[in-house]
Amino acid sequence: MSSVAAPKPSAAGAAPSGGGPPVAAAKRKRHPSVIPGFGLTLGYTVLYLSLVVLIPLSATFLKASHLSWQELLGIFTDRQVLLAFRLSVLCSAEGALINAVFGLLVAWVLVRYRFPGRGFLDSMVDLPFALPTAVAGISLTAVYAPNGFIGSFLEKFGVQVAYTPLGVTVALTFIGLPFVVRTLQPVLEDLDKEVEEAATSLGANRLQIFTRIILPALTPSLFTGVSLAFARALGEYGSVIFISGNMPLKTEIVPLIIVSKLEQYDYAGATAVACGMLVLSFTLLLGINLLQKWAGGASRVR
Amino acid sequence: MRSFPYFSRLSAAGLALALAALPAAAGPRKLLNVSYDPTRELYEDYNKAFVAHWKSATGEDVSISQSHGGSGKQGRSVIDGLDADVVTLALAYDIDAIAEKAQLLPKNWQTRLPGNSTPYTSTIVFLVRKGNPKGIKDWNDLIKPGVSIITPNPKTSGGARWNYLAAWGYALRHNGNDSAKAREFVAKLYKNVPVLDAGARGATTTFVQRGIGDVALSWENEALLAVKELGSGKVEVVTPSVSILAEPPVAVVERVADKHGNGKLAKAYLEYLYSEEGQDVVARNFYRPQSKTAAAKYAAQFPKVSLFTIKDVFGGWQKAQKTHFADNGVYDQISREGK
Repeated sequence: MSSVAAPKPSAAGAAPSGGGPPVAAAKRKRHPSVIPGFGLTLGYTVLYLSLVVLIPLSATFLKASHLSWQELLGIFTDRQVLLAFRLSVLCSAEGALINAVFGLLVAWVLVRYRFPGRGFLDSMVDLPFALPTAVAGISLTAVYAPNGFIGSFLEKFGVQVAYTPLGVTVALTFIGLPFVVRTLQPVLEDLDKEVEEAATSLGANRLQIFTRIILPALTPSLFTGVSLAFARALGEYGSVIFISGNMPLKTEIVPLIIVSKLEQYDYAGATAVACGMLVLSFTLLLGINLLQKWAGGASRVR
Repeated sequence: MRSFPYFSRLSAAGLALALAALPAAAGPRKLLNVSYDPTRELYEDYNKAFVAHWKSATGEDVSISQSHGGSGKQGRSVIDGLDADVVTLALAYDIDAIAEKAQLLPKNWQTRLPGNSTPYTSTIVFLVRKGNPKGIKDWNDLIKPGVSIITPNPKTSGGARWNYLAAWGYALRHNGNDSAKAREFVAKLYKNVPVLDAGARGATTTFVQRGIGDVALSWENEALLAVKELGSGKVEVVTPSVSILAEPPVAVVERVADKHGNGKLAKAYLEYLYSEEGQDVVARNFYRPQSKTAAAKYAAQFPKVSLFTIKDVFGGWQKAQKTHFADNGVYDQISREGK
């Protein structure tokens, strides 16, 4: 998903610039890139990232810097804010982990088996991407509300989904699913079936094949998918507010706190919470990345 | 870098192309009305009436665009540069914010048009299930144990703040203006709220479609619209004895309208709301009209209720906002009690 569409190697090497023919360029430099125009593309990348990501984000920090340390401390020790952070992080993590298991399953089924309706299922995975989040929220609530299709069934067992933290998890699982499935699918497709056959012929049982052969190959992309799903879930607003019930101290997510501050035209307070969220998600994503590196290293040693 | 001349030539060509693609402003004059959610049907109706009126008065064709969303969100959009010629929002607080933060209109904007710049008003009523099984008639029925109330979150919904203030005003009146008693009453009321939707339409959906709650607090126009759209088979409107006069104000965003050369048009657009034709459209769309003629014509729709204003009871929006809805205000305090 994240890597460029260029063939693998030598992107790091200094590439020739400009529109000169590749053959001429190859004479000048030792490690020519297949795609010319390193200078131009890097320039675009930096410009693009600045416009789309860097400048808006620094504006956020700038606005929050209008607050004194005391005010900031006040915001981040507020019980309501802290509980919202806890709910957001926990439910996002739960959603991402559920997707790690079931997203892997979905990707597996879609890649490994051929059955009627497969194409239909495959395109259904993208629905959470395409649906406006409010629509997703409203339909999830309709299904999981106490008078809804699944909600009324669950209520018999005393389980309430809509308007509880569980409902938040359900919504965040829903929106995170495509991230896991779509990152795993290409890797699974590339996985050589012959390796598994070889393992079988060497006497490995099915569990061994899964844990020793398949899982190590999937781990990096599984981490990527899960962290994408997690990051997306942290910032999700539209679908959650319909199913969460927004009860203070119970089912408020961080984006709702931000919106309620904006409603008071408290831009500085809202951006401060947003910055808290940014720092937190960045730290968590960095952590996941390090974990992924570590896991990748471990699997390569084996 | 050898590629730069090439790049700059390319970008220059791109820029020229982009400029050429910008269409020259043509066609009828445009006016943008930035409003809040529940006025969509009202202004669709009203814009047709106004366009015809303007055409017959001046011979000019105009085209009017509407923008709808939560009142606070719409206010922020205008502050951040949405080119609104006029704003028609749910509460004066949001237009105050535009005047204060972006200085797009004078601070005394509310004196510019009759009736505190509110050509139509509404009030807070109860929406109950068919047959009113819990026998809800007035505010004090709401705090009984076992009554479940749906109202949106006053922190995120401007409309919901009127609900809160209506309950508070009722309690004040029935407790000899004792604000401690009023606080207790409102706290009890919000204890009976199982779901706080972020916006007014969401709350109506929760009540009507999800079947949650025995009673929903709602603007009268929203309640009447819900009954009309659902047929009267599912829900009924109950009007309490006392309620708040909900005043959704209108204003010309003078700096923007003048920049567009729309000053006169924008003013006429809002003034026509006060005309008999405008008032009829307003009443037809379930808002209480200012005009006596329209009020008489639609009297059956609007039961008599003793109304108090936010100015008389709370000293205006700025004060009410600060006391009740700001962070750590009264609403935050009561919602944290006992949790």
